[in-house]
Amino acid sequence: MDFTQGLKCRECAREYPGEALNVCDYCFGPLEVIYDYSTIAEVISRDRIAQGPLSIWRYKDLLPADSTDPVDINAGYTPLLKARNLGKKLGLRNLYIKNDSVNPSFSFKDRVVSVAATKAVEFGFDTLACASTGNLACSVAAHAARAGIRSVVFIPSDLERGKVIGAAVYGPTMVSVEGNYDEVNRLCSEVADNYHWAFVNINMRPYYAEGSKTLGYEVAEQLGWRLPDHVVIPSASGAMFTKIWKGFNELACLGLLEGVASASFGPDQNTVHHPAVVTRMHLTQAAGCSPIVTAWNSGQTHVLPVRPNTVAKSLAIGNPADGIYALRVLKVSEGTAYAVPEPDVAEGIKLLAETEGIFTETAGGVVISGLKHLAESGAIKPDDLAVAYITGNGLKTLEVVSDTVNPLRIKPSMRAFEAALKEHNQRAAGNGGSL
Amino acid sequence: MGKQRVKLTFVGNLVKDPVIYQLGRDFKIVTNIRRADVQEDMGWVMLELDGEDAEIRRGLAWVRTTGVRVDLVSGDVIEG
Repeated sequence: MDFTQGLKCRECAREYPGEALNVCDYCFGPLEVIYDYSTIAEVISRDRIAQGPLSIWRYKDLLPADSTDPVDINAGYTPLLKARNLGKKLGLRNLYIKNDSVNPSFSFKDRVVSVAATKAVEFGFDTLACASTGNLACSVAAHAARAGIRSVVFIPSDLERGKVIGAAVYGPTMVSVEGNYDEVNRLCSEVADNYHWAFVNINMRPYYAEGSKTLGYEVAEQLGWRLPDHVVIPSASGAMFTKIWKGFNELACLGLLEGVASASFGPDQNTVHHPAVVTRMHLTQAAGCSPIVTAWNSGQTHVLPVRPNTVAKSLAIGNPADGIYALRVLKVSEGTAYAVPEPDVAEGIKLLAETEGIFTETAGGVVISGLKHLAESGAIKPDDLAVAYITGNGLKTLEVVSDTVNPLRIKPSMRAFEAALKEHNQRAAGNGGSL
Repeated sequence: MGKQRVKLTFVGNLVKDPVIYQLGRDFKIVTNIRRADVQEDMGWVMLELDGEDAEIRRGLAWVRTTGVRVDLVSGDVIEG
């Protein structure tokens, strides 16, 4: 059953039927899904959620699609791990990692695409499409394969080989576009206007973005239906950041959180803030593409577009569609925004791998280096409950940490091994460790 | 004839320049402002352009030469 009531413009509040639309015809504001929360409140419960599948579809009542036959490759319900080693290193005793790098196509995009693909099939589209620098292309191609429909993915021609193969293996029509970032962007927008395809992040965007709410629901459920004191989140368009916040507030308003009384959603479902939700939202971007952080730090309500120049390609959105809404969440939640220096992105990847055995891509490196900054600056206190969101797998950006490959090269003899080990231990002792 | 929805971003002194007026005067394009937020040192305007596709392309190319940034209304299409 689908509890949606259509779409509504976030700026002028004009309402639209639940169709494949993303922009208000009058003011060009973004459209958002509206829900019949009073009916949802009558049916939803923690028990009902617990009886659902171990995927995002356990929260079907709060997703904008008919869930009787979702396009599901088992996205979601990913581990929430207590990070003792990393926590010790950063002086945080209650640190958790939400490891979303283990989704079926190895990034959080499976959450949003599963919702968009389900909706696309419901609308009768025969083609699922996107323009992507990696993660999204993989997820769109995988979900289209599962749904038995065609996929068309547009990628920049200079995309790393690993990412190209990671999407191509699912059998999409792959279009490699020669041109700079703006040219590729413009072309894909024109294609979206001229073909009757379900572009997950264009005409399906209102539905697609809602999938990110499940990152909020799962953390709350995995913590015993309570919210963390802090969350640290990577940001590109700003959509995921705002949707995690929305997810927390939906749970609170529906009375699903431990010790929290339900409350009205008020006149605007998208900006509702339940007073019991006091999680501080920390937004992180890489310095080479940090328009939201720049706007926050300079106290602006505008987000000035930038030309991305960052190693964190999965966060390289220079003109973030949800930037101003992310700024509002930062303000309401008393959060912070931090631009991670480019060299620290790889350091963050290594730190997480070496302390917790989790290999993340560059967006995760941004989060871990941002987390380190927050701990060192005292924004997160030692006993605070903090969750860092790791949204993509390190196998997608191997080249960023290729300098870690430095084996002991030896002849095949015990003597050679022991000599090399001795030398290695002496070197390591100088750096504070040995085998 | 076609329509295109764009977001123009003005920074610094460009805020004072009558770029939208010139776009309508010098090209065969009808400009229609749908939403805007203009402050002293920066601003943006959501604009609908109506005209021949080639003329719109030519007009927007000229806008870019002024230093005003031209983006799609829905933000960047390429995602990670």
